[in-house]
Amino acid sequence: MHGLVNRAIQRFVTDCYGEAQWRAAIKRADVGVTEFEAMLTYEEELTTQVLTAVSDVLDRPYEELMEDIGTYLVSHPNVEALRRLLRFSGVDFTDFLHSLDDLPDRARLAVSDLELPRITLKEQGTGYYRLSVQSRIPGAGHLFTGVLRAMADDYGALVFLEHQGSENGAEIVGVSLLETEFSEGRGFHLGARAG
Amino acid sequence: MTQSPVFQQMLDVLCPMHLVLDCEGQIVGAGPTMRKLFDEAMLSGAAFFDIFTIRRPREITDMQGLCATAGTRIYVMYRTDPPRELKGILVPGPEKGQVTLNLSFGISVVEAVQEYELTARDFAVTDLTVEMLYLVEAKSAAMEASRQLNERLQDAREEAEEQAVTDVLTGLKNRRAMDIDLERALSSLEDVALMHIDLDYFKDVNDTFGHAAGDFVLQEVARVMKEETRSTDTVARVGGDEFVVLMRNVRENTVPVRVAERIIKRLDAPITFEGHPCQISASIGTVLSADYTAPDADHMLRDADEALYHSKHEGRGRQTMHADLLAQQAATDAGGAA
Repeated sequence: MHGLVNRAIQRFVTDCYGEAQWRAAIKRADVGVTEFEAMLTYEEELTTQVLTAVSDVLDRPYEELMEDIGTYLVSHPNVEALRRLLRFSGVDFTDFLHSLDDLPDRARLAVSDLELPRITLKEQGTGYYRLSVQSRIPGAGHLFTGVLRAMADDYGALVFLEHQGSENGAEIVGVSLLETEFSEGRGFHLGARAG
Repeated sequence: MTQSPVFQQMLDVLCPMHLVLDCEGQIVGAGPTMRKLFDEAMLSGAAFFDIFTIRRPREITDMQGLCATAGTRIYVMYRTDPPRELKGILVPGPEKGQVTLNLSFGISVVEAVQEYELTARDFAVTDLTVEMLYLVEAKSAAMEASRQLNERLQDAREEAEEQAVTDVLTGLKNRRAMDIDLERALSSLEDVALMHIDLDYFKDVNDTFGHAAGDFVLQEVARVMKEETRSTDTVARVGGDEFVVLMRNVRENTVPVRVAERIIKRLDAPITFEGHPCQISASIGTVLSADYTAPDADHMLRDADEALYHSKHEGRGRQTMHADLLAQQAATDAGGAA
């Protein structure tokens, strides 16, 4: 698994729960490293082992943990760069939803060996979408539920999200877009760089 | 601005950075992004050449020259501080006598979006500018992450080198490791012998047969020294062709003398490298910690070096005990005094 993914988990734990909790989790995972490097590659199984250990140490159900990580990735100031990169995908939330299919390709353009979950969006009716997330990491659908919830806030859209279990090896997330311009949202300037 | 509403709408969507000029060179239409860059009042009805100049492919100052560029790339300057250059292309129409100029920031778009606070909506949907900006930002972030990794790896490497205890070429310990072992032995009041060994004629081997031969000889020498010492002894390469053997639990000359004799004897035989006999020998100077009332690492190493120098001076390929050297000097002094 790409170091960026493992590193993101590490940053989530240290930024939200502190260094001590991370040390406890990585010790419990017993994977032979104490820190992840963003630009190195790690064994595939390691990621799930770490996630399980984090869930145990923080005493949070695995699914909730995944959703929290998703929310963190978009809304925490320490990972502002990622929010910006996601915002480049669409001018509004609907536009963003339709760009999700391209997400793995976009990620590969930036970091050629970074493999993200395959995402397929289907519009079921006006304002209702069905998102299917295919990943080797269990709970990726929950993670995307968190990402979408935070992105909706970011764009100022009002959505209702629901994880609907798995189907043919993919996790399904239902998205009901209730209002596109519900609130002001957060600003996004093309030219402003995240520090 | 006098402009057919249908064409105006089409142009606004497809080319938001366009200008429409009439045959006099007066601006009669401007796309939404152009209106964002310039004051609308300033653009409307203004003479094109009052605001813009055309520098490439050649300097153009009138409508006739401008119309002649139709279909080829032109570079348009406008007077701001600093002046900015746009690239563009001109086509006749939409009305008879009019020309439409579609413009773009080109590569300077990265600064332009900052300066004018442009958003994705200021670019045509088919324009790849936003994708390019995404890439610029994503690549910078990835580069930064790589740079930080390189920095950390470099630090780790330096630290590892500092902590290294092995001589890479011979697999023996290095000077740092030898210093540590010696300090440790002396501080725990162990009796040790310290042998300083220097190869004779090693430079000739290097000069005659090259560095590969030199390296091979050093590896062979290391092997001999390991074989002739005990596993509890420290054998270190402390310089190019200099070695130190730290022997544990030694109170008397007997053991170091015997070990030194065997090393000297074995190194006296030529070492064959790619069919060439490489002839070296070993000069040795030895001290015993038991000969000092308060043994000190620096002092012992200095004395071993002095004894080694004596071996070299006496014709090489031999060992000198520093204690014997002192006794000899004392005898000479006494003889001189008598």
